[in-house]
Amino acid sequence: MPDTIPAPALPVGHYGYDQVDRAFLADRVEQFRDQVARRIAGTLSEDEFKPLRLMNGLYLQLHAYMLRIAVPYGVLDSRQMRELAHIARTYDRDYGHFTTRQNLQFNWIRLEDTPDILARLAAVDMHAIQTSGNCIRNVTCDQFAGAAQDELVDPRVHAEILRQWSTLHPEFTFLPRKFKIAISGSPNDRVAARFHDIGLVAKPAPDGGTQFDVFVGGGMGRTPIVGVHLRDDLPEEDLLAYLEAMVRVYNEYGRRDNIYKARIKILVQALGTEGYRQKVDAEFASMNRARYRLPPETVAAIRARFGTPDLNAPDDAAARLDRARRADPAFDRWVRTNTHPHRAPGYISAVISLKPAGGIPGDATSAQMDTVADLADRYAFGEIRVTHMQNLVLGHVRQDELHALWQALRAADLASANIGLIGDIIACPGLDYCALANARSIPIAQKLGARFASPELQETIGPIEIKISGCINACGHHHAGHIGILGVDKKGEEFFQLTLGGSPGSDASVGQILGPALPEDATVDAIARLVDAYLVHRTGGERFLDTYRRLGAALFKDAVYATA
Amino acid sequence: MPLLEDGQLVPDTWTTLDADSPLPATGPVIVPLSRLEEGLARAPGEKLGVALAPDTEIDTLRTALPRLSLVAVTFPIFRDGRAFSQARALREHLHFTGEIRATGKPLPDQYEFLLRCGVSTVALPAGSDPEIWARAHTRFRIAYQPSVRGERAEGFTMRRVL
Repeated sequence: MPDTIPAPALPVGHYGYDQVDRAFLADRVEQFRDQVARRIAGTLSEDEFKPLRLMNGLYLQLHAYMLRIAVPYGVLDSRQMRELAHIARTYDRDYGHFTTRQNLQFNWIRLEDTPDILARLAAVDMHAIQTSGNCIRNVTCDQFAGAAQDELVDPRVHAEILRQWSTLHPEFTFLPRKFKIAISGSPNDRVAARFHDIGLVAKPAPDGGTQFDVFVGGGMGRTPIVGVHLRDDLPEEDLLAYLEAMVRVYNEYGRRDNIYKARIKILVQALGTEGYRQKVDAEFASMNRARYRLPPETVAAIRARFGTPDLNAPDDAAARLDRARRADPAFDRWVRTNTHPHRAPGYISAVISLKPAGGIPGDATSAQMDTVADLADRYAFGEIRVTHMQNLVLGHVRQDELHALWQALRAADLASANIGLIGDIIACPGLDYCALANARSIPIAQKLGARFASPELQETIGPIEIKISGCINACGHHHAGHIGILGVDKKGEEFFQLTLGGSPGSDASVGQILGPALPEDATVDAIARLVDAYLVHRTGGERFLDTYRRLGAALFKDAVYATA
Repeated sequence: MPLLEDGQLVPDTWTTLDADSPLPATGPVIVPLSRLEEGLARAPGEKLGVALAPDTEIDTLRTALPRLSLVAVTFPIFRDGRAFSQARALREHLHFTGEIRATGKPLPDQYEFLLRCGVSTVALPAGSDPEIWARAHTRFRIAYQPSVRGERAEGFTMRRVL
């Protein structure tokens, strides 16, 4: 049985469960225990068990079961992080992998252990519900939510509402295909809203409430598409009703004959934006709107279940940070690359890079998880965020305590100063783990990380996003990389195809294929030549992406395919 | 074929007809949508049901619905979830109060979803263990969203008591 762990009154940054929520999770764990028992006894066939285990985040991978645990809107508390560390030590190989959907995966899990693991997770108000399967997946969110200076609305309350609404939704649990929703509350899109099935951007309404920009039909995979703007004035009280209408139209009309044509993006393209909008509006108009209305009292009640940080920095916090930066150049570099401005005076958000040079992007050992949990308790109200770039964030750090935090991170090999730089690579698990992959993504990421290990060099190159997928399903988001790398199989050999010019943000675009795929041993050198060409041709502080957009592909093509 | 209602086996008084079998003059029958007019031509008072395909638009039943006692929706495979939307549309948009029967190959683990979308009976697939279906019916005490069953709200959120 799980140890009894005292729950904090209300966790900072995420919804605090009550006894009803805990009873629900307990029911769910028992349901899965029953399903696993039926599978082991043989009364459930693998074909019948598959969708049920997938509904609990359990995949069968190349070598073992993989368990994907939900981190709703990417926010964890220290107690939960310690439990993940415990599971890593006890049931896995002492590490876990943070994913681009802000979740955590364990790669070496035994089927018969999963009910106990889920029971342990439930004891800290966590679960693996709907982290896979053709249902509404974990809702992702801005990693600086509730902290960022540029934020207009903290989107986590609405993310929680969507989590609850979509949990075991009776109508939308067997959709044509998986369904991903992201929500931001900042005009600077850090959630890739335009690359999701539904992207929501919360903003203040004229009446003082909240309203939403709605994007639909974005996605990556085999058919990368930037989502279309469906409307910009969705009132908060209609949020659930309108989403019900959007998803219902998809459930009714989305293709089910071909899984590669089954995402909502294909439906939106087939109907056209206007055609899809008309169907949604017709459904919305005929719904029982009172039943699905989201009243302000409900929003307020869920908001009240979120702990809030008591932000109260000393007056000289910023001055003390300045002094520490002047005294310590390595710290100063880390502050330049790994922090984000906070809305409150004297505070800052710190990004913990999970991309050490030569390491595996997103991996963390149980010891590192425990360290982060301890540091979160000491410096950041016990709150930890997972980013879609596969890093971690401490959202609310006092500026005068940042230097001490950095020193502790450095001691745990968690202080790589590379956020947003060439070392901050997204990579899917690839052929090292995944049954779908054509090529190994991780070794390319490791070699690139080692090639560009120097912090000085990384800072000179400046903001650049490299994203690596081991197959066309694009879990490594290569379509949205400034430089995208796609693993392909050519007669049993691993080759890598480069795409340039992708971007996940407010200026979303799909990268374009540069030319023929490169052999594995030529890929890293080719990227180094490409980066050199950029350094020669950039003007002023131009990002790689802007140089590419200004000058086009030709010069980069010459650099990549130049024969030595 | 065993029929399940509220987690219990109940007798099935309906005869399901395919596209070709002769239509009896009396007695409750379920006809395919293609034979709806034929079914409606029977004497008033004879109970009629219609079986839909997963891609049937519910609105096509709008006129006939007041004369129907049963609508059957189907799961050709359990992963095909269109029948959930059909059932909910029948209840919510067309305010159908008769029996909605789920046929095909649903799983017991979908039972609560079926009920919450407005399905009233399930024609159990061959080889089903009614015990497992009954257990699925009592598995959860709480849901996180309103449904056409109009369950009681729980506390301060969107939660409902099942």
